Amino acid sequence: MSAARPSVPVSPKDARIAVKPRLRRFHQARWDEKLIFELGSPGERGVLIPAPDPQVAAEVGDPAAALPTALRRTVPPALPELSQNQVLRHYLRLSQENLGADLNIDVGQGTCTMKYSPKVNDQFVRDPRIAELHPRQHEDTVQGVLEIVHRLEGLLAEISGMDRVTLQPGAGSAAIYTNVAMIRAYFAAKGDPERDEIITTIFSHPSNAACAKTAGFKVITLHPDADGYPDIEALKAAVGPRTAALLITNPEDTGIYNPRIEEFVRIVHEAGGLCSYDQANANGILGITRARDAGFDLCHFNLHKTFSTPHACGGPAAGACGVTEELAPFLPRPTVAYDGSRYTLDDDRPDSVGKMRPFYGVVPNLVRAYAWIMALGAEGLREAAEIAVLNNNYLMHQVLKIRGVSMPYAAGRPRVEQARYSWEQLHADTGLHSEDLGLRAADFGTHYWTSHHPYVVPEPMTLEPTESYSRADLDEYAAILAEVAREAYEDPETVRTAPHRSTVHRVKEDSLEDPATWAVTWRAYRRKVLGA
Amino acid sequence: MAERRPYIHPYIPNSVPTVRKSMLDAIGAADVEDFYADIPDAIRLKRPLDLPVPLHSEAELTRHVEGLLSRNTSTRQLLSFLGAGCYQHHVPAVVDEVVNRSEFLTAYAGEPYEDHGRFQALWEYQSLMAELLETDVVNVPVYDGFQATATALRMAARATGLTRLVVATAIDPDKLSKVADYVRPGHELVVVPVDPATGRADLAAVREGLDGGDVAALYAESPSYTGLIDPALAQLGEIAHAADALYVVGCNPLSLGVLAPPSAYGADITCGDIQPLGIHMSFGGGNAGFIATRDDEDLVAEYPSRLFGLVPTAVEGEFGFGDVAYGRTSFAIREEGKEWVGTAAALHGIAAGVYLSLMGPQGMREIGETILANTAYARGRLADVPGIEVPDPDAVHFADFPIRLTGSLTAERVSEELLRRGILGGTPLADSRALLFCVTEVHTRTDIDRLADTLKEIAQ
Repeated sequence: MSAARPSVPVSPKDARIAVKPRLRRFHQARWDEKLIFELGSPGERGVLIPAPDPQVAAEVGDPAAALPTALRRTVPPALPELSQNQVLRHYLRLSQENLGADLNIDVGQGTCTMKYSPKVNDQFVRDPRIAELHPRQHEDTVQGVLEIVHRLEGLLAEISGMDRVTLQPGAGSAAIYTNVAMIRAYFAAKGDPERDEIITTIFSHPSNAACAKTAGFKVITLHPDADGYPDIEALKAAVGPRTAALLITNPEDTGIYNPRIEEFVRIVHEAGGLCSYDQANANGILGITRARDAGFDLCHFNLHKTFSTPHACGGPAAGACGVTEELAPFLPRPTVAYDGSRYTLDDDRPDSVGKMRPFYGVVPNLVRAYAWIMALGAEGLREAAEIAVLNNNYLMHQVLKIRGVSMPYAAGRPRVEQARYSWEQLHADTGLHSEDLGLRAADFGTHYWTSHHPYVVPEPMTLEPTESYSRADLDEYAAILAEVAREAYEDPETVRTAPHRSTVHRVKEDSLEDPATWAVTWRAYRRKVLGA
Repeated sequence: MAERRPYIHPYIPNSVPTVRKSMLDAIGAADVEDFYADIPDAIRLKRPLDLPVPLHSEAELTRHVEGLLSRNTSTRQLLSFLGAGCYQHHVPAVVDEVVNRSEFLTAYAGEPYEDHGRFQALWEYQSLMAELLETDVVNVPVYDGFQATATALRMAARATGLTRLVVATAIDPDKLSKVADYVRPGHELVVVPVDPATGRADLAAVREGLDGGDVAALYAESPSYTGLIDPALAQLGEIAHAADALYVVGCNPLSLGVLAPPSAYGADITCGDIQPLGIHMSFGGGNAGFIATRDDEDLVAEYPSRLFGLVPTAVEGEFGFGDVAYGRTSFAIREEGKEWVGTAAALHGIAAGVYLSLMGPQGMREIGETILANTAYARGRLADVPGIEVPDPDAVHFADFPIRLTGSLTAERVSEELLRRGILGGTPLADSRALLFCVTEVHTRTDIDRLADTLKEIAQ
């Protein structure tokens, strides 16, 4: 006879699967994982390496012996020694302590277009016929990948209205730099090197200003007028015989579309400058309006944003630059040429700015972007844009109901694919900062980003829902923000000390600014903190 | 006739008409067009984009892409001896397992809380590289080795307040193109030709190049573009320092289990490409760059890149991460920052970190030994081929090595003939009768013998 089970009273209600609460009782993985240097033990191996063939070894001996002692490694690197499954386990635990876009409603990373990256596209690039291609292979053996690159250039030319496209830049900022390099080469070729000023706007990505400066230009930054549009009077005052170019985003990072963009372009053209369109924010206007239609001479896309390639913890990404025929001679080399039957790499381009990166670009992401466009087509691209914009305006509608939040500038006007909000009122009421609220959001399994610096919009929050999220997703996200704001008013300490259910608690940041204590590596930490 | 099936794209949930309508209603908008009110009619596209007919289903898309991929022949199908800036190595399965995790692959720029794993993996990457390089500071990866070199040179110029940059060893002409573009504003780049017979640095000419005294950096590579480990690398450091220039060394990190880290022979800044550390070649998509220095406040201030730092948290015994000296970056102060920072190649950094964790000190030593041995063996075998000369037979090469054709064949012809026989190889050099070959740990003696025998056959 079996022992009687302890009796727990069960009501019929309890017997059902409980209805889920409105907000997730989320807790992120907290493995309390050590640093890899504290794992393993001397002698353990993670992988084995093919030894030299005995006959080879006998013939060549120790080739390094011919080197001066100073060039030979005498002390082995102090790398950890771990068995294979320990390495795997360590990194899998770290992966669980990371909130990838695939796992959360990632609408909080405004300006970054965190759309769904289709898994099938990942399969394509893991195929050895992409992954195991050497970039210096004979052209006859890489016709497929050259065709993909060539086709993608054509697709992006149509989407932007530009004549020619290069896919060489490694990411968005590298594409901005590439455009700036072409602008510099263009004026040098025209015998007009006195044009050494570039104009941008404060709501364009900081890399527009920074790349221009790196390439040797003086930077003039336009600030918004009272309505949040870039100040056209300031532009008129800024242009002149030294103007090389305008680098501008539209819609800007506020989500506000500048309706006078053609006029901006005309003012710069009349002053003899070029206009380069940072299309990082293109997701809401695919098939709606194009860079060329507004008169731009150059533009760039971030393929990891608008064209779905995964963000990969911050790259590898991919950038695409589009230019008019007039600027085509300056494109980075090589370009992909097609004679109707065969694809070749054209390296003989005397006016080219040269190489912007090794070889031809971040090819796996070019394959992914190509596949994404092919899966959607013209109708699908426009649908993606429209739904991204619908999602944004829907989320705005929900978010603006929350106490303490506002959306500065262009009152009553719609936003395109993203919106920059302000928690200024909430800050005034509670003393809490936008960053605090973002960290509390982590306790509900998501996050948000404030904005680039400087914070022109006080206590900023930038949300970009893309086309990838359902109405229910957006409702959940808005409900999380509403709950966090409610807590800010009713239980500010919980928000001030957040996160509580994330992997770690608030870091003490002071040591990151002090050369005596910052520790960029384990070596530095050992020396400075452990005294070893 | 069958009616057209309603098309709701799997990537776009709210394209369901009733959902779309309900959302518009909730906002009080009549149409999505309302949201585009600010875009002037004059610049509206009045027609559909002219794009190919889409392949809506995954099945159709896969079939189409498969058709394109079938027109590639990979280094798995052909025997490849290509190197020269991109290297065929074995990528351990665990590396792929980690970098293909959704949590890493699809994350971006979260805070050090919900993205603690990314910060730790990249901080460990910095730290593992630091052990290899014997430096206390390593950055989060930049785009590629070209960018790392270009930035390292500009860092040296800023740190010294000087403008001349002198290149002492053989450099990839493509890398030189990138560097020349990048340092153009306000710098003077001088390339000192190497000894044409041996490819070694011409020390007398380098000394002369540094005579002016206004040199910010002397740049050398180990191995050089032609795979040479120049025996004068340490002397070049002395020459640089005697002229008060910084010594900047580009190196292949995979060689550092057997070769001394450049910091040990005087490098002030070390840079290079991490593609050899467990990253697939991907037709040139696998490159990523590193920059490393000692923990000198003035040098750290010149990095444009993210530098992650280890910090305590509010909870005793817990650690977290953050950005070191963020105020130097363009993220913080736009054009007043150092160059620029943006999305670059972080996941390749995680891959390299996993690779170094698997390799350990033993693995790094062994792979270096195997590559040195295979390179020496290949040079010896090819030297025996009539019509081929292997210059500077006493020199030590790592992976890459040049040959010179002494007969009537051109470099291009040799590449073509090799391909006809199933071999990829020979990167033509500037001299139309010279080619670069490359061997790594993946090559067997039989592979190398086959290359030598095939070249013999072609030469006849």
